[in-house]
Formats: sequence, C-alpha cells, structure tokens
Amino acid sequence: MGPLSILSELPEWLNLLIAFFIGIGFGFSLEQAGFSSSRKLAGMFYGYDTTVLKVFFTAAIVALAGSQLLSYFGLLNLKLVFVNPYYMNSAIIGGIIMGAGFVMGGYCPGTGISALSIGKIDALIFLIGGMVGAFLFAETYPYVQTLAMENYKGAMRIDEWMGVSAGVFTFLLIVAAVALFWVAELAEKRYSRPEITNDL
Amino acid sequence: MEKRKYMNPYLAGVLLGLVLLAAMFLSGRGLGASGGIKYAVVALVGAVDHQYAMDTPYYSKYFENGENPLKSWLALEVLGMVLGGFISGALSHRLKFKIEKSPRISNKKRLLFAFLGGVFFVYGAQLARGCTSGAALSGMAVLSVAGFVTMFAIFGSAYLFAWIFRKLWI
Repeated sequence: MGPLSILSELPEWLNLLIAFFIGIGFGFSLEQAGFSSSRKLAGMFYGYDTTVLKVFFTAAIVALAGSQLLSYFGLLNLKLVFVNPYYMNSAIIGGIIMGAGFVMGGYCPGTGISALSIGKIDALIFLIGGMVGAFLFAETYPYVQTLAMENYKGAMRIDEWMGVSAGVFTFLLIVAAVALFWVAELAEKRYSRPEITNDL
Repeated sequence: MEKRKYMNPYLAGVLLGLVLLAAMFLSGRGLGASGGIKYAVVALVGAVDHQYAMDTPYYSKYFENGENPLKSWLALEVLGMVLGGFISGALSHRLKFKIEKSPRISNKKRLLFAFLGGVFFVYGAQLARGCTSGAALSGMAVLSVAGFVTMFAIFGSAYLFAWIFRKLWI
C-alpha cells in the first residue's frame, strides 16, 4: 500500500535513495524523448516539432490514470500524495515569466539538466542563469512576498472545481489530449522545417 | 558511431509517466527540477556566508535543526537526473560537448539568451512554486488546479513571446 515512504515509515536514507533512482529514470526518459535538444524543444513554439506536447500529455495521463487505478484497487492512498497548493496570482504571473524564459533559453529546468548531462554547453549556461534567478528571487522575496501569497485557494482540485468525478475528468483529459495530438501532427506537416529537424 | 534516433514521443511519454507514478507511489510526491536548483543556491549561499543565510528568513528555513539543504529529496533526485541523462546519452551515442543553436546566430548570442532564459525561468518557477515538472506535469497528475493553470500560463506565454524571439530559432 502506497505511498510507501509514508505508510511503511521508511528511514530517511532509503527515501533519499529512492529519490536518486527516480531521478535516474526521470533524466533517462527526458533524454530519450529528445528533451536534451533546445532546438527540438523550441519546435513546440514554431510548430515544426511537437514532441513536447506528445510526451508531456502522455506522461500526465499515464500518471493520472495509473494513480487513479492504484487508488481504486486500494493500493495507493491519494490523500497522502502531495497536491500542489493553488496561489492564483503567483501561478499565473510565475507561469508567464517561465514562458518567456522558455523561448529565450530553449529549455525548462528539467530539460536543461537533461541537456547538461550529455554535454550541451548552452544548457550549462541556462542552468547557471537559473541559479542566478533563484538567488534573485530569494533576494527580492520581501518585495514579491505579497504577490506570492495573494489569492490563496488551498490544494484545490480541478475535478471537484468542475463538479465531476476524478474518473470522468481523466476521461475528458484523454479525449482532449487525443484531439491535441491530432492537431500537433497536422502542425508538424504545415510548419515543417526539414533544415532544422534533419539536423537534430 | 552514428547517433541513434530519439524514442517515439508517445512511448517516451509512457516511460516518463511511469517514473512519475513511481514517485507518487514510493514517496507520495511528484517530480521536480527547479526545486533542486533552488537547493543548490541555498547550499551555496550557506557555504559562502553562513551568518547571512541564517539571518535571512528565506534561506534560514532550510538550515533549521542543523539540516543540510542538499540532503533533500529534490536535491538527490536532480543528482540522479544527471546520471540518468548521461546513461541515455551514452547508450544512444549522443554524448558531445557542443553549443546547440540555429546557424543564423552567433555562439555569443545563443549563450546570452540561454543565460537570460535561465534567470527568467527559475525566477518564475520560484514565484509559481514549481516549474514544468513540479508544478505543471506533477500538478496535473494529481488533478491540482495549480498544475493546470501553471501549464496554460507557461505555454500560453511562450507562444506570445515566440514571435519576439523567433530569430533565435527559425
């Protein structure tokens, strides 16, 4: 019965070892998907490569549907799994700042780490910038603290907010994802840039 | 040796989803990346000027009870990510030092914008309490509204800024 580390009261060192192995799987999957290439990632925003959308939504659905199934069979207590708290203002403004950083740098933090691990120098510089960004946030925290705390809604869940069951929402998300995959395949043909994609 | 093709994106998505599911089942949490970067910065500030770190509430909470910020779940996970990516790159013959960029821009320009992108991305991630991994992907998997909103904000904003920065990529 999961989460194991909580219900079986695993010692801290074992939970940290699990973190390390989860990290290996995470880094491996990102690199295999091609997320170690900034020009491949950037294709998402110009239409010539939509791998980001396909990998991202497939992963979200597998983890969502998988955890719902484990919960249904009594193997995972979802009440003990962390649900991100919703601070409306900072989620939106933080997201907008992240989007700008994504197009400038060509990476997000996870994909930057993946690219660094195979030797991309631009990813190293991106991550050094990231460390500067985290430092700047800590130093400017007193000024943005109010914004960071505004409109706090608790650990709000989207299925409850929409008034449907988790199962129905999961089904709707799968339908939406399939529609998006279809659009993505069309976009790759419409905006294809073989001079870039042949190079990746 | 010729470098191998990337994995089919849907298959890679299933693999990534199973890793996320394993994190939820084993440790009761999702994946993260920007958090690991934050812990590295907190540890660095603590090493350079320990007194300053202890006097500043933003840093001091990570040093409570003599704790080491690098002895955390996210820090270990990010360390594993580097090894996992390296293994994948080695198996697929993609290990190579290089600056990846469009042939139309200089190395200097690519690195300048990579740096700025990193500054923006991680600053925003601190504000939003997570990045594409910790807030958007992991948040969506647990049906959190925060996850869906952050995902729409990141990608919506990226499409708006894509026009401004198009010369960097196409």
